[in-house]
Amino acid sequence: MPTVSMTVNGKEVSAEVETRTLLVQFLRDHIGLTGTHVGCDTSQCGACVVHVDGKALKSCTRLAVQCEGASVTTIEGLAANGALHPMQQAFHENHGLQCGFCTPGMIMSAVDMVERLGNKLDEKTIRQELEGNICRCTGYHNIVKSIAAGAEAMK
Amino acid sequence: MTEKGIGAAVLRREDRRFVTGKGQYVDDLNRAGQAHACFVRSAQAHAEIRKVDVSRAKSAPGVITVLTGEDVAADKLGSLPCGWGITNKDGTAMAEPGWPVLAQGRVRYVGEAIAMVIATTRQGARDAAELVEVDTSPLPVVVQATDAGKKGAPQLHEAAANNQCFDWEIGDRAATDAAIKASAKVVSLDIVNQRLVPNAMEPRAALAEFDTNSGLLTLHCACQAPHAMRLLLGAFVLNQAEHKFRVVAPDVGGGFGSKIPPYAEYAALCWAARRLGQPVKWTSSRSEAFLTDAHGRDHVTRAELGLDKDGRFTALRVSTVANLGAYLSAFGPLIPTYLYATLFAGQYTTPAIHAEVRAMFTNTTPVDAYRGAGRPEATYMLERLVETAARELGMDPAELRRRNFVAADAFPYQTPVALLYDSGDYAGALDKALELADVKGFAKRRAEAAKRGMARGIGYSTPIEATGAAPSAIAGQLGARAGLYESAEVRFNPTGSVTVFSGSHSHGQGHATTFAQIVASTLGVPYENVEVVEGDTARTQFGMGTYGSRSTSVGGSAIVKACDKIIAKGKKIAAHLLEASEGDIEFENGNFTVSGTDRTKNIAEIAFAAYVPHNYPLETLEPGLNEQAFFDPANFNFPYGAYICEVEVDPETGFTRIERFTAIDDVGNVINPLIVHGQVQGGVAQGIGQAMFEQGVYDESGQLLTGSLMDYCLPRADDVPSIDSGLTVTPCPFNPLGVKGCGEMGTIGSTPAVINAILDALKDYGVSDIQMPATPLRVWQAIRNGSAPQAAE
Amino acid sequence: MYPFNYHQPKSAEEAAHILAANPEAKILAGGQTLLPTMKQRLAGPSDLVDLGAVGDLAGISEKGGTLRIGAMTPHAEVAKSPVVAKAIPALAALAGGIGDPHVRSVGTIGGSVANNDPAADYPAACIALGATIHTTNRDIAADDFFTGLFQTALADDEIITAISFPAAKKAAYTKFRNPASRYAIVGVFVAQAAGGVRVAVTGAGENGVFRVGEMETALDKNFSADAVAGIAVPADGLNSDIHANAEYRAHLITVMAKRAVAAAG
Repeated sequence: MPTVSMTVNGKEVSAEVETRTLLVQFLRDHIGLTGTHVGCDTSQCGACVVHVDGKALKSCTRLAVQCEGASVTTIEGLAANGALHPMQQAFHENHGLQCGFCTPGMIMSAVDMVERLGNKLDEKTIRQELEGNICRCTGYHNIVKSIAAGAEAMK
Repeated sequence: MTEKGIGAAVLRREDRRFVTGKGQYVDDLNRAGQAHACFVRSAQAHAEIRKVDVSRAKSAPGVITVLTGEDVAADKLGSLPCGWGITNKDGTAMAEPGWPVLAQGRVRYVGEAIAMVIATTRQGARDAAELVEVDTSPLPVVVQATDAGKKGAPQLHEAAANNQCFDWEIGDRAATDAAIKASAKVVSLDIVNQRLVPNAMEPRAALAEFDTNSGLLTLHCACQAPHAMRLLLGAFVLNQAEHKFRVVAPDVGGGFGSKIPPYAEYAALCWAARRLGQPVKWTSSRSEAFLTDAHGRDHVTRAELGLDKDGRFTALRVSTVANLGAYLSAFGPLIPTYLYATLFAGQYTTPAIHAEVRAMFTNTTPVDAYRGAGRPEATYMLERLVETAARELGMDPAELRRRNFVAADAFPYQTPVALLYDSGDYAGALDKALELADVKGFAKRRAEAAKRGMARGIGYSTPIEATGAAPSAIAGQLGARAGLYESAEVRFNPTGSVTVFSGSHSHGQGHATTFAQIVASTLGVPYENVEVVEGDTARTQFGMGTYGSRSTSVGGSAIVKACDKIIAKGKKIAAHLLEASEGDIEFENGNFTVSGTDRTKNIAEIAFAAYVPHNYPLETLEPGLNEQAFFDPANFNFPYGAYICEVEVDPETGFTRIERFTAIDDVGNVINPLIVHGQVQGGVAQGIGQAMFEQGVYDESGQLLTGSLMDYCLPRADDVPSIDSGLTVTPCPFNPLGVKGCGEMGTIGSTPAVINAILDALKDYGVSDIQMPATPLRVWQAIRNGSAPQAAE
Repeated sequence: MYPFNYHQPKSAEEAAHILAANPEAKILAGGQTLLPTMKQRLAGPSDLVDLGAVGDLAGISEKGGTLRIGAMTPHAEVAKSPVVAKAIPALAALAGGIGDPHVRSVGTIGGSVANNDPAADYPAACIALGATIHTTNRDIAADDFFTGLFQTALADDEIITAISFPAAKKAAYTKFRNPASRYAIVGVFVAQAAGGVRVAVTGAGENGVFRVGEMETALDKNFSADAVAGIAVPADGLNSDIHANAEYRAHLITVMAKRAVAAAG
């Protein structure tokens, strides 16, 4: 089995894994970061979204071995020094989550959205950009509000 | 209202762990030495099992054991239980075939568990599962409930002749038949309320462990009612006494009813952990969830509404065939009966109602509660009929409803179908919705849309729902095999903080916040000093869990009741400390005061005195300040609302978009408006899902064609609109908080409003009916088949 | 997922050697289709040859009116590239509508074209624009490349290195999406170039992407939405599923073609 090494949330990690190990399994089962979730097996729900070398992607559709040497940020790495990231704070303040299962992927997608498209995000843009994230609880109403507010707060 | 008490929009305290990835869902839990289970499932909808050969699988790397139906029988595991019995029209009991934990000799739906492979790794278990050889001979298949009773139909169970589970009725048949006959106008509809797959975002998961020293079995599982899970699995399946059985439901990622039943996998994991003395874990994949999570709905209905010459409803006659799937799920029989037909009065004074329901077994996944559970089916049928009547009579649908509403001064109101409505002002909610939705401006919007080539339509729905199940005595008479109260313990700690233990369970509803608000207001303690504990049978005394929008009205009321006991005892302690008589002690805002004086003790001081009883009436009162209560409501509660939907249809493609959605709800008193609006918004999206996107489709051989998110369409963010939601407040007189359920209204109310809007948009094309989901294909076909000349291409 | 051997060659030649030596091997580009298929155990290659470390396969350039896009260029890069936006804006728009943002950040043009999913978007662009597929062995005209359902002219050890698109005078792509999968139920790419008009349809055909000659002839004479509005494509040979039957797909081809022509201006 190959040994895979990468930087996760600023820390060097490595583990011996089967080649078929997905990045999300590496994060959850091998280094114990369970904030990244698996909600489907068709790469659609987005509960597993993380940032790899600055790009948001579905960690259920990436092999761990493809991430050798990469820099990965997960939901656990977003808050700095105990303070919530502005997007995390926005989800809290706008009741942008209920059961919380899709939330890590939503927030990681939202941060990426702001990084790509800027701090002024209208409702239509946010809804289109959420195509790869499914929520069953909120009806998206408050997620859209949260992302608009979080984008402003990230200025 | 205090800053963080009842009525305040307090931000949820549980959010922090979820937004930082620190939630603890079942799949996040691991135990040293745990094994992993993988289920071998039937690929056929109906077949005799000739042989299950596990020899190759058993010798695969890392495999610990492989268990089959023969092992289940040898260990004498019980059948998965059904929690509700229905009585047939003729007084006999419903057919109740068993549902084995692993298939015994026959499989009856695709996905049914045949064997369980247990291995040291998840992948290893899955690899070995492919080595289990199942030799079967196929049997003919039936998937539609309307086919299941036909002569010559394939038979599923010896215990269910003609595949019928029950044939049930409610209401006065003779009076209804007569009233329909005498009606000036009868409107009828044939409705398919399609099968849905709940799809909570967290797939089901379980981790079972057995302590060989103490004999304690512990099951962590993604469920909505841990005590009910323990009761049903322990007593009926596993023969595991409750004092040696702990069920924990930690963070649970959504339920919507699908996490109520005591599933085969959970029983199997407990059994395996007990046999092996080793923790065993299983997490469903989404594909597995599609096949094995209880499905929802699946009714075929003929409904007729009679009206007099003034548009007053005279009678409602309904006949429904319900599909229960291959086996009786825990509450499968309840949903198309007492959760369905008892709602047929809706918000209206229809004097005569009769309903009959035949429930059938088919070679499909078992059907159970899905958000609303029976009430969406009832409301959809009724609100479609009402709007159809308005269209056929050329009446304003709002006016037709107003003419038939139960009047605001008529409560409590007894319906012809068993329920006693608590309180309401139905016209008030409708008026508010008409205003918020700017119905006056609709004609202009429709004309503007027409200029762009788009067909715009508006649709209404005025739903009502029975929530807060239930008065246990009535439920028992109707077939419930359990009580339906809720329990709470309010425990003061010596230095004045409070721990609240509730038998409810939050899987997104925010109880940690709202229950703390209730206690803060009731006991006058700071919100921050209240902690809420749920979801663990070892920590909470008992409970019936969360479903049917019951947590605040039943669980919250149990908390209030326990708080009242705290206050009563506190008065005795205060009387002692303040040297006054108990009758002179008043309690307000956390202070016990001698009436008419400034002599006062705060409740925290009382708690301290109770735990450090140096100056305390020990001869008449026990130390400590810790009270329990069970609340069994005197009645259901009846939230209601008025929903208005506006759609635009692209007549060229059938593509439909919701442009506006207005939801006015009356859920009685509101504990936290933020959470109530959130529940409504989420519910509306699920109701839109049924109206436009979601359908569980089987082919004739019993294969689920919509077995993944590639074919089963869950609404995305760009499929649903922002929701304009508002509230009116009519308190419920049957619980101390005056609250009504808010968890399912959105789902119940939105579906008919959407379809009514689509049909309004299509009326110029000669379209008067459409089946759900109204996909672009169906809308386009409806236009093409419509009677209007402009529909011709 | 079944077990497999993982390779990360540094050059396309090395990759081709590994493929030649392992007949059950598959190429891993962005993996956005292959990995989900493997997760479902619907594919079980013996070896995966990851092109992620092959340096010269990504990138976008334009020369003499021809756009060249490296095979490993992700959809997101095509979507936001000013070079693409200038040369063939319809292609940038198409790339920006594939999958979702996460798929676009990883999924590649080479992977999409090599997979030839009957509901994928890029094959329509390749056919309508008259693209050339460059491989480790040769250059293949798009017209010769897509040979059937998930079938291409590629040999087992042949790797796409880049795709060249001659710029069109006018072009647009319109797509009617499957509400669940978000793949195309019908996607129509219309392009008007020196050699005439081409209309390529994806999502609808049983054998994948195809051209509609009758529409092309009509548009050659009169490049307007009206010219195709009356042209019906036969439903025979079109896909039928719960989301769209063949008749509906046939109807949508005309509607999408009309709208693409209108959008192309």
